[in-house]
Amino acid sequence: MTARRKGYEGVVVVAPTTAPYQRFSIKTAHWWIARALGDCLASARIGPRDIDGFSVASFTLFPDTAVGLTQHLGLSVRWLDHVPLGGACGVVALRRAARAVQCGDSTIVACVAGDTNHVDSFRRMLSSFSRFAQDASYPYGAGGPNACFALLTDYYMRTYGARREDFGKICVTQRDNALKNPNAVMKHPLTMDDYLAGRPISDPITLFDCVMPVAGAEAFLVMREEDAIAQNLPHAHILGTIERHNAFSEDVIQTRGGWAMEIDELYAMAACTSQDIDVVNTYDDYPVIVMMQMEDLGFCAKGEAPSFVRDSDFTICGDFPHNTSGGQLSAGQAGAGGGFLGLTEAIRQVTGTAGPTQVDGAKMALVSGFGMINYDRGLCSGAAILSGGDT
Amino acid sequence: MSKIDNDPGAVLGAFAAAIGSGDVKVVDLTHTLDPDFPVIVLPPEFGQCARFRMEEISAYDHRGPAWKWRNFTCGEHTGTHFDAPAHWISGRDLPNNSVDEISPSRFFGPIQVIDCSEGAAEDEDFELTPALIEAWEDEHGEILPSSWVLMRTDWSKRNGAAYLNMLEDGPHSPGPTPEAVQFLVDKRNIRGFGTETVGPDAGQGAHYSPPYPAHYYLHGAGRLGLQCLTNLDRLPPRGAFLIAPPLKIKNGTGSPLRVLALVAQVAAPHYAE
Amino acid sequence: MTEPLKPPPKKNPQRRTRAPTRPSHFRSRAALGLAAAAGEGRFMLQVCDRCTAIQYPPRDACSACLSIDLSWKDAKPTGTLIAETTVQTSTNTYFRERSPWRVGTVVMDIGPSVIAHIHGDITVGEHVRLVNRLDRSGQAVFFAMPVHGTDNPEDDLQMREMTCDPKFRRVLITDGRNPNSVAIAEAFVKAGASIIFVGESEAWRPYPNQSALRGVDNVEILPLDVTDTNSVQVLSGEISGKTDILVNNARFIRPGGLFDRRDVVFAQQEIEVNYLGLMRLAQSFGPVMRERAADGTNSAVSWVNILSAYAWTNEPDFGPFSASNAAALSISQALRADLADSGIRVMNVYVGPTEDEWHQPLPPPKVTPGSLARAVVTGLRDGLEEQFVGDIAEDLIKRWRDNPKVLEREMIANRGRA
Repeated sequence: MTARRKGYEGVVVVAPTTAPYQRFSIKTAHWWIARALGDCLASARIGPRDIDGFSVASFTLFPDTAVGLTQHLGLSVRWLDHVPLGGACGVVALRRAARAVQCGDSTIVACVAGDTNHVDSFRRMLSSFSRFAQDASYPYGAGGPNACFALLTDYYMRTYGARREDFGKICVTQRDNALKNPNAVMKHPLTMDDYLAGRPISDPITLFDCVMPVAGAEAFLVMREEDAIAQNLPHAHILGTIERHNAFSEDVIQTRGGWAMEIDELYAMAACTSQDIDVVNTYDDYPVIVMMQMEDLGFCAKGEAPSFVRDSDFTICGDFPHNTSGGQLSAGQAGAGGGFLGLTEAIRQVTGTAGPTQVDGAKMALVSGFGMINYDRGLCSGAAILSGGDT
Repeated sequence: MSKIDNDPGAVLGAFAAAIGSGDVKVVDLTHTLDPDFPVIVLPPEFGQCARFRMEEISAYDHRGPAWKWRNFTCGEHTGTHFDAPAHWISGRDLPNNSVDEISPSRFFGPIQVIDCSEGAAEDEDFELTPALIEAWEDEHGEILPSSWVLMRTDWSKRNGAAYLNMLEDGPHSPGPTPEAVQFLVDKRNIRGFGTETVGPDAGQGAHYSPPYPAHYYLHGAGRLGLQCLTNLDRLPPRGAFLIAPPLKIKNGTGSPLRVLALVAQVAAPHYAE
Repeated sequence: MTEPLKPPPKKNPQRRTRAPTRPSHFRSRAALGLAAAAGEGRFMLQVCDRCTAIQYPPRDACSACLSIDLSWKDAKPTGTLIAETTVQTSTNTYFRERSPWRVGTVVMDIGPSVIAHIHGDITVGEHVRLVNRLDRSGQAVFFAMPVHGTDNPEDDLQMREMTCDPKFRRVLITDGRNPNSVAIAEAFVKAGASIIFVGESEAWRPYPNQSALRGVDNVEILPLDVTDTNSVQVLSGEISGKTDILVNNARFIRPGGLFDRRDVVFAQQEIEVNYLGLMRLAQSFGPVMRERAADGTNSAVSWVNILSAYAWTNEPDFGPFSASNAAALSISQALRADLADSGIRVMNVYVGPTEDEWHQPLPPPKVTPGSLARAVVTGLRDGLEEQFVGDIAEDLIKRWRDNPKVLEREMIANRGRA
């Protein structure tokens, strides 16, 4: 018996910021977070002393957490959050910050996510990602998330008849979108032939099914609508959000995420349907997860994502604009920043500030997050619907 | 009387000169202390004589940068060794029966070598009897009192399993009969008896009465033993001189030792009388 | 069908020996329970004491009822392979060197889904049997095997990484004089070992199985006395570079309690052979074997100690002997730690009274050389770490695990009753 939830009236999201990604960096997560935060505050024309709330997501801050960053970055805040939820961190940070602002615990919350990528970071992170991964998946070939998602992909293909070309279409289209995003690390077109000829990674997953780990950071601000208007800042409204962790633990293998449990709630809160969404940014660490989100977020029925993909055009100009920045598959995965990527892009889309990736007339965007392959499946799911203008 | 009576240094001086010139040869009657050299084997429920073992302490390395040395362990009766009267129950109550108490002068003495090698080659249980001793004396003269009698069998030339020569009924190797030992002890008053085999008794010596007669009579009379000797074939039947000082082990019943024989290559000047 | 393993070619002396690497050995404390079970070849999972829910991966609280009382229990190891992947590229050097590497998701008949290494003879959809094995990191992993018999399943290359199979490997049995040496040598011949070196001490002293040993195929007798450091070093110099499995069966035993002896002479011998002998072998052979742990089909793979079960608790009628074995057990753990990096398995095989002259007055059951030899070979094939051979050893370890202090009282109470 879930109590009827309050909306996010009076709270807006502003200043979507991306610190341009690099494949490898000798800098630290602290540096990348500082860089994104600095750019974000500058774009909102405020200084570090003007924020009183701070939310951080990062894998590579060790031994620091958010509180260490306050001293490191010279912030004095009265509301502080650390969101170690991987790909769900964007939606989760947004929800928490929105409530803090709405209730007056904070006036302006800066949400930042980012990581560095040293030459050896990825390998080190895999071996100690979680206790269950360390105990029960990493010892098996040490394929990391590639191998885990390969098992999910294998199962999904066997069960629902998805073909490699279907996954390929998602990747090829996102590359197309990425070519319009100056911050994307992938600068060359990708054809279906290129995709199908990709180097084997962990069957059936090949090179272009995998994101490229990069260094980078993303940020946005959550504040009162009146303050955004006073500052003349383009702002997005939060129509609805959901989050669910460790859903469907009884499933023998993952074919659905927590979205499927909460989806009715999401659209009810936002007072809209899936048909009203203009831009969809799913969490795309692997294309099979994109398909699950298409299904679980109500764009098609379970098992029908392969045909939905075949029948839809996911480009910026297409009938179903999807991952318009290129997504992590083509823009790069900046660690926890990957959990923010769809959200910052969604803010830009609904506020009409997306520039070269702008979808014409985009009013409503749905962004979803997914994270933490703790053992054999992703545990965190979240989604939010944003709108621009004066809704 | 010769002039040396008035010059105590002259004897040793002449001796040193003879060693230096090679007129007196030094023959080593000792086997190398080798971890794999056989020791006497008793029924396994009895304690056994330890074999020679070495453990390195350092070898110019992190354990000791400028020096090399080792610890070694062994039994009192390992390798070429000396038996004191205290070794046997018959000598248990004798005065001065351990290696540390035996008068050092007893470690030296003239050698008589009784060659039994032909007999031992034909019969691995070859026995040294009083008759054989008397036959030897007929040829070489009576055994001197307080001398060492060494029984040559060429057993020291045997290797590996042939040395102990263990068969189903125990070891087979030559040795003296009880009567022969009694003869040497009582009639000739020898200082000690030495062999090339692993003990002074025959391999089957347990079946004599008393068992192990050489041990029993020699040590019961306070006499000494030497075992696992080698190079006895390089000694003359008589005229050689034995040097066999054991380690000075408190209450020791025996000890590994270096056994040396001095053999004059030329006729000695007639000092006495 | 598994491609039969081919005999390895002679080693090219110009090629560098590949350095051993290993899968990740990091595990939580709870997960170590799985390794303990794998060391004995058992398939166990945590079961909730309160609600009986079966848990996997290992954890500290029940995911069904939040009870913090979980116990390791033998579990039915069957399931269905529902998904597979072949890892083509790994961030771990061990797997990178052995890629492609197949793993899969197995839904167990008793509930949990597990990620497992999968045998080459099974495909998705098939019913499988999971085994719990130690990998080259010394930690436990699940391996999905065909349910029905297939041809030479042990030759599957992924499987062979989880075992210490003697096939095509070269073995050193350290003590030919031990009455069990012939049976052990014969068992290795049967298991396909290519050479069986047998150490022989005091060649000048005959022993009963001397000629029988010389009659066993592929046996090569070499001088070795584990009480003689030099002898161990010399033999190590000659053959440690081709010793893939070392079976230390050297043992000195004399009956008698502490007061039955008035000296430490036998005890010194027991320590010299049973404890220091192991240590000498370890110091000479261990470092060389460690370097050869990834040396192809006949890589160095295992170190076997045959110890008395009374290493765990003192049998007063063999008091000093038991103590020497307790020392050996302890140093074997140090050996296991020193070999852990390389993936070489240390297997201790514990026996109760054995069928030999020193246990002659004791009533049965006693461990025969044949059953001991079979245990050594099957233990290697299963990649075990601990084995208790015979009714007495099995009974003893059960009692020890139940309560070591109670067992100590029982050993006193039962004294002389044999």
